Amino acid sequence: MDEDRTMDPVAEQVLDGNALAGTLAAAFGSDMTMVPGRCAHCGTVSLVAELRAYVRAPGTVLRCPTCDGVVLRIVETVEATYVDARGAAHFRFVRR
Amino acid sequence: MASTVASTVASPIAWQLATVAAIRVETPTVRSFSLSLPAWLGHRPGQHVDVRLTAEDGYSVERSYSIASEPELANTIEITVERIEDGEVSPFLHDVVVPGDRFEIRGPIGGYFVWEVTLGGPLFLVAGGSGVVPLMAMLRHRARSGSGIPTRLLFSSRHAEEIIYREELDRLAGARDGLDVIHTLTRSQPAGWTGYRRRIDDRMLAEVLEPLGISARVYICGPTALVETAANALVRLGLPPSRVRTERFGPTGT
Amino acid sequence: MSERFVTRGFVGRRGTAEGGADIASRIPPGQYLTTDFPVLSAGPTPRTPLDRWTFSIEGLVNEPVRWTWTEFLALPARDWTVDISCVTKWTKLDTRWHGVSVDTLLEHAELDPAAAFLIAWSDGDYTTNLPIADVLNGQAFVAYEYDGRPLAPEHGGPARLVVPDRYFWKSAKWIRGLRLQSTDEPGFWESLGYHNRGDQWLEGRYSGD
Repeated sequence: MDEDRTMDPVAEQVLDGNALAGTLAAAFGSDMTMVPGRCAHCGTVSLVAELRAYVRAPGTVLRCPTCDGVVLRIVETVEATYVDARGAAHFRFVRR
Repeated sequence: MASTVASTVASPIAWQLATVAAIRVETPTVRSFSLSLPAWLGHRPGQHVDVRLTAEDGYSVERSYSIASEPELANTIEITVERIEDGEVSPFLHDVVVPGDRFEIRGPIGGYFVWEVTLGGPLFLVAGGSGVVPLMAMLRHRARSGSGIPTRLLFSSRHAEEIIYREELDRLAGARDGLDVIHTLTRSQPAGWTGYRRRIDDRMLAEVLEPLGISARVYICGPTALVETAANALVRLGLPPSRVRTERFGPTGT
Repeated sequence: MSERFVTRGFVGRRGTAEGGADIASRIPPGQYLTTDFPVLSAGPTPRTPLDRWTFSIEGLVNEPVRWTWTEFLALPARDWTVDISCVTKWTKLDTRWHGVSVDTLLEHAELDPAAAFLIAWSDGDYTTNLPIADVLNGQAFVAYEYDGRPLAPEHGGPARLVVPDRYFWKSAKWIRGLRLQSTDEPGFWESLGYHNRGDQWLEGRYSGD
């Protein structure tokens, strides 16, 4: 497959924040995909849905689409979901 | 081990039990499952559900599947699943599940990759393989609402026999209500094929987009490589990035 | 505790190992056998050019040690055949590697007597932690060949750590150095719910185990 040869096996497997929508909704109590977050590394603001998701790992890492810096790390153990959000300078929740 | 019994309380984040009402074969490797859900709250076109399967010893896996059906159907949703050869869930769904079986689902989920008639158009949909599923929910909703919003679907498949929803897409396009469906086949084409015959690229996107213009709302879904190629190309063509929405399905597909 | 709904007919990917009891005894609890080599990654594949690649031993050592790629390949190395287990439940038997024992690497540095822990650090900001006792005496090596060929980037090439007796997240891909410390410091996954030690025979997957 021509196109696939230009992408390494890891790059082809990259998903986006949509793939974590259910996990994040269960953890935060509501849909997170439309929440904008500011990358703590480069300052780019992206919706959680736009973050690049590496899901084939012991946990999931959501990275900034601009600088590849880690924005969110997520681990689901048997009992709990851990979320490390240090890679986000902030999330912005619009009040309705 | 912590576990939860499937809830009968209606909530998008609670697991509930779906019953398989019917199974339809779409292509040799793709099946659609109609699921009846007693406590379904309705969904928006483009949203998905998470499916959870649990073995007797407690081992469980989860997968996300886009909802293929339109919200206008009550208490029933349809998911369309491609059988992945060395997969863990899709072979089970294809080979073992029969009508009457039940499994846990959670949803509807997602507010980003959503289109409804109220959002307006023009609408440009780009799909690779099973990436067409959430876009089909949008097209079915569009048809139900009687909307004439100018819409084009550019749909990449490997072979003609693998085009998911082919007859229904022909019928929707045949209604002449402003919808065009443009196919590209990347690996083989039948005799007399007049559609595109290569992978989606900048030139193809420019040609197909042209009648809609750069004010179109765009939804791209499919393998990551296709999504990246198409999204980057459309932004280069002048579409504002905020109007190009993407959902990546990973490496499988065309 | 309420029970999970069991899905009729679902068993998952776990299969029964062929080859009988001696194969079965090599599979740690809760694992299944795989014959392929899954690629798991937390980020984009790093691509440090070999002419800029170095491997360091630093921290509680008398003087830091650093090798270029050419120098690293000149170190005494050997073949290794080991079984590996990932915390995502796959186990692969008889994997073949070529590389340098961590014993050999540490012998080039004078360790401070207070050095008790080692942080393996990699391109891409990955880290993992190990007690020094867990990496001595042939228990760990830095590999640059897998299955007779240069280690592929998606599997951690040019060089990765391999610690066969721990879940494979401890076998840091794209490794660039070892930092010796007197105190332990949980690494990338250990700091987010994974077990600090990660012994697959004791099934130490998560931090409560």
